[in-house]
Order: sequence, then C-alpha cells, then structure tokens
Amino acid sequence: MQDFPLFPPSASSIAREVDLLYLFITSVSAFFVVLVAALVVIFAVKYRRRHPDEVGADIHGSLAAELVWTFVPLVLALVMFFWGADVYFRISRPPVDALEMYVVGKQWMWKVQHPDGTREINQMHVPAGRNIRLTLGSEDVIHDYAIPAFRVRTDVVPGKLTTLWFNATKPGTYHLFCAEYCGTMHSQMIGEVIVMEPHEYEAWLAGGTAGPAVPPEQAGEQLFAENACITCHTGQPNAIGPDLAGIYGSERRLADGRVVIADDNYLRESIMVPLAKVVEGYQPVMPPFQGLISEEQLMQLIAYVKSLTPSQAPAQ
Amino acid sequence: MSYVPQNRNSYLDAAHGLASWLLTKDHKRIAMLYLISITIFFALGGLFAAAIRLELITPRGDLWGPDLYNKLFTLHGVVMIFFFLVPSIPATLGNFLMPIMLGTKDLAFPRINLLSWYLYVIGALITLGAIVAGGVDTGWTFYTPYSSVSSRTAVSTAAIGIFVTGFSSILTGLNFIVTTHRMRAPGLTWFRLPLFVWANYATSLVMILGTPVIAITVLLVFAERAFGLGFFDPARGGDPVLFQHLFWFYSHPAVYIMILPGMGVISELVAGMARKPVFGYSFVAFSSLAIAVLGFLVWGHHMFVSSQSLYAGLVFSIITMLVAIPSAVKTFNWTATLYKGSISWQSPTYWVIGFMGLFAIGGLTGLFLGTAGLNVHLTDSYFVVAHFHYIMVGGAIMAYMGGLHYWWPKMTGRIFNDSLSKASAILVFVGFNLTFFPQFLLGYMGMPRRYHSYPDEWQALNVLSSAGASILALGYALPAFYLTYSLFKGKLAPANPWGVKGLEWTIPSPPPTFNFEDDRQVVVDEPAYNYKPAREVHVG
Repeated sequence: MQDFPLFPPSASSIAREVDLLYLFITSVSAFFVVLVAALVVIFAVKYRRRHPDEVGADIHGSLAAELVWTFVPLVLALVMFFWGADVYFRISRPPVDALEMYVVGKQWMWKVQHPDGTREINQMHVPAGRNIRLTLGSEDVIHDYAIPAFRVRTDVVPGKLTTLWFNATKPGTYHLFCAEYCGTMHSQMIGEVIVMEPHEYEAWLAGGTAGPAVPPEQAGEQLFAENACITCHTGQPNAIGPDLAGIYGSERRLADGRVVIADDNYLRESIMVPLAKVVEGYQPVMPPFQGLISEEQLMQLIAYVKSLTPSQAPAQ
Repeated sequence: MSYVPQNRNSYLDAAHGLASWLLTKDHKRIAMLYLISITIFFALGGLFAAAIRLELITPRGDLWGPDLYNKLFTLHGVVMIFFFLVPSIPATLGNFLMPIMLGTKDLAFPRINLLSWYLYVIGALITLGAIVAGGVDTGWTFYTPYSSVSSRTAVSTAAIGIFVTGFSSILTGLNFIVTTHRMRAPGLTWFRLPLFVWANYATSLVMILGTPVIAITVLLVFAERAFGLGFFDPARGGDPVLFQHLFWFYSHPAVYIMILPGMGVISELVAGMARKPVFGYSFVAFSSLAIAVLGFLVWGHHMFVSSQSLYAGLVFSIITMLVAIPSAVKTFNWTATLYKGSISWQSPTYWVIGFMGLFAIGGLTGLFLGTAGLNVHLTDSYFVVAHFHYIMVGGAIMAYMGGLHYWWPKMTGRIFNDSLSKASAILVFVGFNLTFFPQFLLGYMGMPRRYHSYPDEWQALNVLSSAGASILALGYALPAFYLTYSLFKGKLAPANPWGVKGLEWTIPSPPPTFNFEDDRQVVVDEPAYNYKPAREVHVG
C-alpha cells in the first residue's frame, strides 16, 4: 500500500482525449449533483413544517420550468453524445499504416505474435510512437483485451475476429487485463504491456526468441500448402477456387447477388464455413475447416492472404 | 404471525393459521407473503456481498478459492436481482397499495396473484437447489458460450429457476395493468391517479413485454447445455453475441422494472412529507411511460466493445442519452415539489433525501457509460459496478426502504421507532457512499469486474469500500429489529399517521379485508395530493 493513485497512467495517443471527455462529464455531473443536493437541503430546512396542521403551497407546476429542465439536460447530453461518438470512431477505426500483431485469448492466457513471428505469452512488447493494430481471436469463450493505460479494450469473441489499435506514447510497463468474465482463473488472465523506444523494441525482437521466428504470413503460406488450399486456389483463370491475390479489402459479389467486403471476418468465415458466402461463378465445393485448424493458424492463413498482391499469385 | 388484535375487521385478523395465509386471495396478505420471502433473499444476497467484500480487503485473493469467489458474485447477482429487486416494490408495496389507491377491493385476478407468489417460491427453491448442488459460476449475466458450453456448474438448474420466476413477474404485471384499466373507482380518472400507480403501470408494461424474452433466452442456454443445440456456440454454428442481444433486451429494461416503482414511491413520499401536490404531475407521469418505452431501445449500450457494428453503437448511445432526460425531469420535479412545502422531518424524509442524492449520482454516471468513446474504457470495470449499485441499491432499495417505513403503519397497524429509522437512513447513506464511491475511482483506473485478486496499488480504495459495506450492513440490519419490535410493542397506528392525502389513508390501519368498510363504493372527486388549505387536511 505504498502508493495510492487515483488516476490511471496515460500512455497512448487517445488517452488524453478520453480523459478530457471524462473530466467534462464529471464537471457537468458534479454541477448537477451539487445543485440538486443544495436545493433539497435548503428547501428541507427553509420550508420545514412549523406546526402539525400546516400544508404546503398549492403549486402544481410550471411549463416554463419543465421546458428548461428538459432542454438544458438534452443539449448537454447531446454534446456528450457527439463528443463521445467522435472519440468512439477514432478508437474503433485503425489507421491503415499500422503495424500488425496477432493476439489469441484462451482460458486463461494471452498469446501474442509479432510481425516478425516472435511470440510471447501474457506480455506484449510494443514500440512507442507507432500505430499498432491487433487482430484478436478466442479459442474458447469470450474474453476482453483491456489496457487501461491506453483507454482501449475490445471483446475477444470465439467465432470471429476483432481489432484494437493504439499508439503508445510513453515507455513503461502497464497492466493488461481480461475484462470479460471467462471462468475460474479470470482474474489471473492478466499480463503486462511493455512500451519501449523503437530501437529497444528492435533489439528486443532480435535477441528475444529461442529459435528463428517465422513471420505469420510465411507460416500461413506453409499452411496453405499443407492443407491443400493451393489445389483449388491456384490463381489461374479456370481454377476451382477464386484467385486470392489482392482480394483483401475488396468487394466480392456472391452467388446470391449480395456484395460483401473481404475483411478479416469474411476471410475467417470463408475458411471455417465456406458455404456461408460463395463467390459468384464458383461451385460450393470447399470443405469447412472449422475444428481442423486453430485460431492461430487461421490468423496466419489470413496474414498470408493479405500479403498476396495481384502480381504474386500462389507459387505453382 | 403473532399479533394483538386491535381491529376486528383487519385483514390480519380476518383469519388465523398457516392455511389462511398460504391459501389467501387477499392482495394485502399476498403482499406480506412476498415481503417475508424477499426479505429472506435480501439477507441471503447480503451475505454473499459480505463474502465478496471480505475477499477484496486483500489484493491476493487469499480468503476464498477462485471457484468459490466466482460462485459468490454470481449468486449475489442472481439472488439480488431476480429474487429481491425485481419483485421488491411491485410485489410488496404495489400488491398492497395498488387496489387501495384505485379504490377497489382487490386486484383483478386474486387467484393469479397468489399463483404468482407460488411461482416465485418454486423458482426460488429451484435456484436454491442450484446453490446446494454446488452453485453457479457464470455471473448473473450468463454470457455464452461460457455458460452454455464451458461452465461445469449447475447452470441449467439456475436457468430453470429464473425461467419459472419470470412468470411470477409477468402475472403481477398483467394483474396491475388490468386492474388499472378496469377497476378504478368512479371519478378516478387517469390524471387523478397517484403517481405510484402510474409508475407501477409503466413497470408492468415492461414486465409483460420484456420478461418473456429472458425466459426464452435462458431456455435456449438450457437447450444448448442439455441437448447440444447450437444457438450461441460458434463451434456448432451459433453466435455468442446473439445471446447478449437477447439477454440485454430484457435485462436493460429490467433495470427500469427495478427503479420505476422506486420513482413512484418517491413521488408519493415527496408529496406526502411536503404536503403538496407533486410539481408537474403530468410530466412525472409521462416520464414513467417514456422511460418504459425508451428503455427497450438501449440494450446495445452494454455491447459497445462486443463487436457489434459501430453504427449500431452510435444509435444505442444516442437513445441512451435520451432515456436520461425523463429521469432528470423527475429529479427536478421532486426538488421543485419541496419548494414552499411543509416539510416534515420525520424519517421518511431522510430516506427520500438519501434517495435523491444517490439516484442523482447513479443517473449521471449513466451518462459516462452511455457516451460511447468513454464506455470503451469503462465497460466491464468497477465503474459499471458502482454505477448500477447507485441505481439499484442507492435508488431502488433506498426508495423501497422509504416506502416500507412510510406505509408500515398502514400495513401492520403499528408505529415504529422514528429515531431508529432516521439512524438507519443515515447509516445506509454514509455506508453506501463509502462502499461504492471508491469503486468509481477503481473503475476509471481500470480494475475489472469479477476479479478475485487485483494489483496492490488498489488496496486502499478496496479496504475503504469493504469498511463502507460493514456500515451499510448495519444500516440494513437495524430496521429488521425495530420494525419487528414494532409488530409486538409498537403503538397502534391511526388511519393517517403522517397527516397526508391518499385513499389508503382514509381507511383503518391495518385495512379491513376488502379495504373499504361496509363495501362502500369509493367515489373520487379530486386530483391526487389535493392539499388546498381551504379543505380539511385530515381525512378518514
């Protein structure tokens, strides 16, 4: 109990904005709590009953008063809404130039993989001053990847991928929590986020791992061959499966006429349950991989597909 | 119940023996059956809370094992919400007062009213069975796929218990709605109704529209566990987030099931203790309906980080802001009611003032959580725990305690010790703030909910919170003694001990079985809270 903090460390680019919004709502709230408390106490004292048969004044209401205390709170609430919506959008939409990292949650640990393939458990080393985008999946139940010092968190949901991004500003070691209740050791599903200067991070990557790390997209390429994906997704015009080069982020027209964006969750679903969305012009023949590949392998496959550009069709 | 007869016609003395209680169709006796049952569950839920606060005195998680701790907070939530808060005011004060305030002999369906109590008891016993069978560890929110696939505890039994209890809530709501529409005394137009009736009417709408959804939802969890049907488990083609939509579609409105009747109680108490009509009657009445309707459209604010779409999040955020407005309107109207009132300093006023302070903080902290960008940091943290305790304990239970004291002389025919009631209100107010205010700070610093251990630097605030909880417990235990004492030794209550307006105060304390003596037809010729000085103040 040596220290007694009342405010969390502020260590990401968004943290200051969240704190500002927090202080604004706190000030508005404090004003109204003090106002109501003061009025209640003043009235209770000033208009206390003087003799047992006394009754109050015959006042029934005032339209003007009702309008004032409907619209003043309404305007303040709308200011909070718009301000909050702006912050929410910036928290939720990762910038395009972000460094990609992968996180898998399972009862009861966090597995992190860096762009160069370095892995760690219940720790996440990140360079300061870089936009970092995490793609997160769960192997069992819902978890939540929460970093209070960055003021960001996201649920990690089995059956889909979620994303989280931040730009860490201050080197240091910060708490990492699982914030969605996930069973027996929920409160031990914790760890540390270690923010380092970029050069220290590079040194850490170089010296940290036991063996040579395989970057996720390379591991994905290997899986692509091992699972015989390449048999159909040859990249040739008459192939059984669609050409995957350059599809990430593009629009896909489906057999039933719908148009969807090929994002992380589309790719995930198309690997796990391919028949859910069949691309126009192709037969529904791909077998489902649900239960056959792990969440980490899935992320590696997606990393591989993302890495393909139209000029680099899968090697024949 | 041992009782000195003082009024031959009193509902309490109309018949004696256990069978006369267990087979009663009298809404007042059913209210008493509920009062006894929910008090038992309040005490049980309180014991679980005490066990939680004991564990959190130290950061290490060294008192209970993690599995036991998880069961303790689950059972605390399940017991307090489904078996205490949801039935609390409607099933006790509402059951007792609704027919009297409407000027009628009983609710529209007295047998269904008794059935609702039996369903409550059966559901409660099944849930207690789940506790005996080893407990449940999913949290009261039963999130899938943890609850439907992963947990190895008695989830199915608890789900069935909640399913059965839900019907008790639906039947109470049905009874209130039909009674309000069909059985108002001649002259008792909608805008002459006491605001307590409006509040219970709005609550009943939520009960009958929302409760079937939670019943279906827990049944789906049961079916996924028992028969392996894939509703929520992605491995079987289900969607875990679908559960959250269904769950919160009931469970957010359920918050209004808990607080709306409390708002009704506060309207009555403010008017009575200030002897003045409630300021802006129709605004207060309609704000109850507005809360009931808008309350159904905000469930997604529990899910800003659940992977639901950004745009859905924005819609839920703005409607959440809108639902805050009727609550603000009510608070300002209550405050304005005190202006130029004749404010009694008897104990119900203490409970009302306590409510106003705690409810204001509870409501305003809802704005923090409704603001999407801030919610990302606060969701699933102790900030949320503090916020909903300010609403449910600071708001709903404070109002329940105030109402229980205010109508106690009417219900039992006995006067309780007013000074002890004041002491209890003060202890609850101080203890409550000491317990839950530090949790706002812990939440903003990032302490997650449902943690059995936590980083050392948060110990001081947790110790403060646990210390507050012991004061709070004292504040709640005290009434159990002086109210019980009053049953045996309390002075006999006159018909109208507070000198206030309202049909319930025109009949004897305790009321006769059919409420209005000699089957007299009640005729109402004035609005509620008509304290015009020209008229006689004391009625009955």
